[in-house]
Amino acid sequence: MNIVVPIKQVPDLVEELEIAASGKDLDREWLKYKINEFDDHALEEALCFKEAHGGQVIAVAIDGEDVDKALYTAAAKGADRVIKITGEVADNSHAHARALANVIGQLDWNMVFIGVQAVDERDGQTGVILAHYLGVPHISVVTEVQQSGGGVEVVKEFGGGIVAKLEVQPPAVFGIQAARQTPRYVPVAKVRRAMRGTELEEMDAGSVDVTAGSEVVRLFKPESKGGAEMIEGSPEEVAAKLAEIIKSKL
Amino acid sequence: MKVFVVAEHMKGQLAETTFELLGKARALAGDGGEVIALLGGHGHKDLAAQLGAADKVIYADHPALEQFNPQAWCKAVTQMLQGRLPGLVLVSYSSQGMDLASGVGTALDVPVLAYATDVQADGGRITVTSQLYGGKIMAESAVNGDSAIVAMLAGVAPADAGRAEGSPAVEEVSLEGLDALQVTFKELVEPEGGDVDITKADVIVSVGRGIQSEENIEMAEALAQKLGGVVAASRPIVDAKWLPKSRQVGKSGLKVKPKLYIALGISGAPEHIEGMKDSETIIAINSDPKAPIFEYAHYGVAEDLFDVVPALTEKL
Repeated sequence: MNIVVPIKQVPDLVEELEIAASGKDLDREWLKYKINEFDDHALEEALCFKEAHGGQVIAVAIDGEDVDKALYTAAAKGADRVIKITGEVADNSHAHARALANVIGQLDWNMVFIGVQAVDERDGQTGVILAHYLGVPHISVVTEVQQSGGGVEVVKEFGGGIVAKLEVQPPAVFGIQAARQTPRYVPVAKVRRAMRGTELEEMDAGSVDVTAGSEVVRLFKPESKGGAEMIEGSPEEVAAKLAEIIKSKL
Repeated sequence: MKVFVVAEHMKGQLAETTFELLGKARALAGDGGEVIALLGGHGHKDLAAQLGAADKVIYADHPALEQFNPQAWCKAVTQMLQGRLPGLVLVSYSSQGMDLASGVGTALDVPVLAYATDVQADGGRITVTSQLYGGKIMAESAVNGDSAIVAMLAGVAPADAGRAEGSPAVEEVSLEGLDALQVTFKELVEPEGGDVDITKADVIVSVGRGIQSEENIEMAEALAQKLGGVVAASRPIVDAKWLPKSRQVGKSGLKVKPKLYIALGISGAPEHIEGMKDSETIIAINSDPKAPIFEYAHYGVAEDLFDVVPALTEKL
């Protein structure tokens, strides 16, 4: 079975996020991006599936910051094809889903593995919307996909550690929460080799005739509710104060 | 205003969040408004008796709705809403809600808002506040049109407001197209008992990404041992297989309420907060002074945990 893995770059939350002067977007000038961690897990699960059962893994990404590098990294990890989606695509889940559906519709595919969510998906999860545009079922919060008979068996996670096993006849879209194993690491040298040896295909996003259905009025930083009493000093001093607090509470 | 609440249940129990949403819906509907609970299942009609905060329950019974089959449930909720909008639809941003909110919203071509912490409806104009970027930025959105599906985070509204006596009227509806599905529910698997039950511990030392390596968890073990507690973790640590699933605190893990919760190198993503915010005392150590965890902690230390933790273990 062929698996398409859409990957998306999101702001690296380790960095301080600032709001742009418009008040409606992040200040993106100095923003550092990284691959959506759930997409990284989706790619890993797709590669594990391919290694077990064959087929192709096709990584696709809508053009944007550091997208070439993300796609070459996917190639270095084992993706068979890497495709950059070019053209005007607004920055919301619905537009992304429509562009992905336009491109995926032209590929020979059986399943889509996509990160279950991303930190900026204000108007819903791209994967679920994509499934609807492709006219196929979806399952969110998936932690494993295995071939079973003519279809696949999927593990979906609920709260409290309870999981469900579901049988699915592809085509389908799976929102991956975590791969069955830690996403593999590729050294920079291997990514560089992939940059020389991989054809980065480009496909047009096509007509993206959807909107988010809502407009951002304003962004703001969460108001502090007082929060924690901060304890300062040298590690020794901090440790002494913490020890005192802990003893008083237990 | 007409406000719909998707009632979520598993193993015959309604989710706590369903009551949170019902309370919120009651407040949004206002005088003269209507709160309608959407209940699906197979032999689950009795659950309607617990939905007294709603004016009416729409119930659909079908074998495919006995358990949570995303394809069946999306079709069911879509059909329950068809012809009944405009209105506001509240869904929990849970594992079930993640399939439902975006799925039903797209099927009905109704705006979807995720990660919601608040909804306002003034004069029919719907405004939603969402918690984005791991809780670092809030976004206020104005909905286009008079309907929306809002996926709300757990714990943002009090559940008590949604618990009410009295059985609301139940309108049973029949569904179409649920007999031939590509998705079949096979079985529910309970978590394997771990070596320790973190929900029973008085003291939890919890580690997040900031712990950096599997070897460093030993440092947390040493602290936990001094305090007679146990080590737990946030999701990335469990995904990395550094600790078993039975130690995971948060939305997809376990909810804990210990006397003392010490968070080491945990930034405080909403999914984690959901699992530990009711702890009696929370101490957070994280080198990023802007980490959201400090909003929820009672005591915070914005220093390198590798300096503070060994010193603290020594002092105890």
